[in-house]
Amino acid sequence: MTILIHKPGLLCTIQDRGRKKYGKYGISISGAIDTFAHQVANRLVGNNEDQATLEITLSGWVGEFQSDQWIAITGGDLGAQIDGKEVPMWRPVWVRQGSILVFKRVVNGCRAYLAVSGGLAIDKVMESRSTYLRAGIGGLEGKGLKKNDSIHIQKSNLRPPSSADLSTDPFYSFHWSVAYSVLPHYSQSPVIRIISGRQWDDFTKQSQRLLCESEYQITPQSDRMGYRLQGATLQLHQPHEYISEAVVDGTIQVPVDGQPIVLMADRQTLGGYPKIAHVITVDLPVLAQLAPGSSIRFDRITLAEAQSLSIHKRHQLQLLYRTIDEALRPLTIG
Amino acid sequence: MTWVMEPLGDSAVVIEFGTTIDKSILEKVTVAVAVIEQHPFDGYIECIPSFTTVTVFYDLDQINLHDLYSWTEQQNADKEVSVFDYVCFLIRQSLVSIILPSEDNIQSTSSAESQYRNHVIQPVHKVTDIPVCYGNEYGPDLEYVATYHHLSVEEVIAIHCSYEYLIYAIGFAPGFPYMGGMSTKIATPRKATPRLVIPAGSVGIAGTQTGIYPLATPGGWQLIGRTPLTLFRPNQHPPVLLASGMSIRFHAIDEEEYHYLQQLHPLAEEGI
Repeated sequence: MTILIHKPGLLCTIQDRGRKKYGKYGISISGAIDTFAHQVANRLVGNNEDQATLEITLSGWVGEFQSDQWIAITGGDLGAQIDGKEVPMWRPVWVRQGSILVFKRVVNGCRAYLAVSGGLAIDKVMESRSTYLRAGIGGLEGKGLKKNDSIHIQKSNLRPPSSADLSTDPFYSFHWSVAYSVLPHYSQSPVIRIISGRQWDDFTKQSQRLLCESEYQITPQSDRMGYRLQGATLQLHQPHEYISEAVVDGTIQVPVDGQPIVLMADRQTLGGYPKIAHVITVDLPVLAQLAPGSSIRFDRITLAEAQSLSIHKRHQLQLLYRTIDEALRPLTIG
Repeated sequence: MTWVMEPLGDSAVVIEFGTTIDKSILEKVTVAVAVIEQHPFDGYIECIPSFTTVTVFYDLDQINLHDLYSWTEQQNADKEVSVFDYVCFLIRQSLVSIILPSEDNIQSTSSAESQYRNHVIQPVHKVTDIPVCYGNEYGPDLEYVATYHHLSVEEVIAIHCSYEYLIYAIGFAPGFPYMGGMSTKIATPRKATPRLVIPAGSVGIAGTQTGIYPLATPGGWQLIGRTPLTLFRPNQHPPVLLASGMSIRFHAIDEEEYHYLQQLHPLAEEGI
């Protein structure tokens, strides 16, 4: 009951929904950067959303399943294959012992989530299995996975597919998948919705306009901590030193050079740069799937609209989970 | 006591108690955190205090929609209300029970507030003692700091140990204290080239700030000593030694005592 890593690719970490109650201690949340893909991957194999998944970045990941397993791959399409056959995404897949899963090439997006039925058998640190790279805790020894790491899997509560469904194919997969209409608007050059930040009015009218009307590129200096953007320079009416205060996922802060940074899952808990805006929660998964070089535009909406979108998403997800649970019912033990 | 509430993104509220770094504002922040933590609402996640603000994080997926809709119906229908307004209402309810309403401009402390401060939260003047082994391999920049100010190393240590430092915030890294109150007599600019690794427990100076590194990280501070205490211990609760609102005082120890204290494990929660 293990997954053996042959090659970790660019970066592969164990993540769950992160450490959400430790901010006052200066502890980053960490967790899956595309929360939507992480949660849905879990539900597709009968896990609750809190189980850990593997977050796989761009290409080059190779791993071996050392037992028969239900798995699901969601998030960015990184060209998953077993024995040269494409593994379909956003649905449960039954893989056999000895199968080697390879992420061949980036088709779109930049992070895939691999969930295994039962979840990864990893000890929790501060109530979470997420890897906190900077502090070296969580996941497997607090680090990105490396060659020959082996990850144990907890007991699944799903039965194998019936023998009638099994053929000589390298794996078996369901004929349904999560509908595109429910997915975040994954795109290579998306419009990301934002709401004003606390210091919105401290920026010049021109900067406010430029943020919403021009294009920004994601630079190579972007990672799980933050996305550094390159584009029109944003300026304050006058230079000002701000007192550090809490920041949130999606905070767009502007350092002295005027180039915005969007804070992501591994961000620090406090920040002292002016906050011009925040990416809305619903659109964070879209941003999480953008690789360096992608370009984005921002569209400013109201706080009430952002929160309505979140509530709408919550209803959609609940409906999706009910549908998935129904589809998995014949396989569920107990 | 006055405060303002503003959204921070779509899932948090910032409560601001002032705009200057000041002990009396920090006390209000500390009281507010204690009050809010004792009155959690559906969807409440956590509070993060900082110099002048408390940020309350909430989970939109856990907000009780039934309560939200009935509250919305009671509101004046000519203005759009959001989950944020509802959360502000919930927070205000708990704060107002203890602290003067935000509309009130009376600056004096209400008796309820001072009673609460005396009985419910730990007194703000709690001082944690931090033993530090100064100089040599523990503080490789101590000589530089002394030379920079034309002082002896003993004088630098004496100045560093003669103040109580108030912790205004914990951030930057797990358990890292942002402190006020260091003497300008030993204020020293950061190093031109940051070190690749600074050992955990290092005590340093950067400009007019002094701080303690909880983790081994790169950094450009002038290192004057090291404490054997563990500031970040992920498998204990709380996972960090220090908290905002506490004060600390440094005192010098020799190498022998450093090693002795290092072996005392787990460390006393109350300092030494």
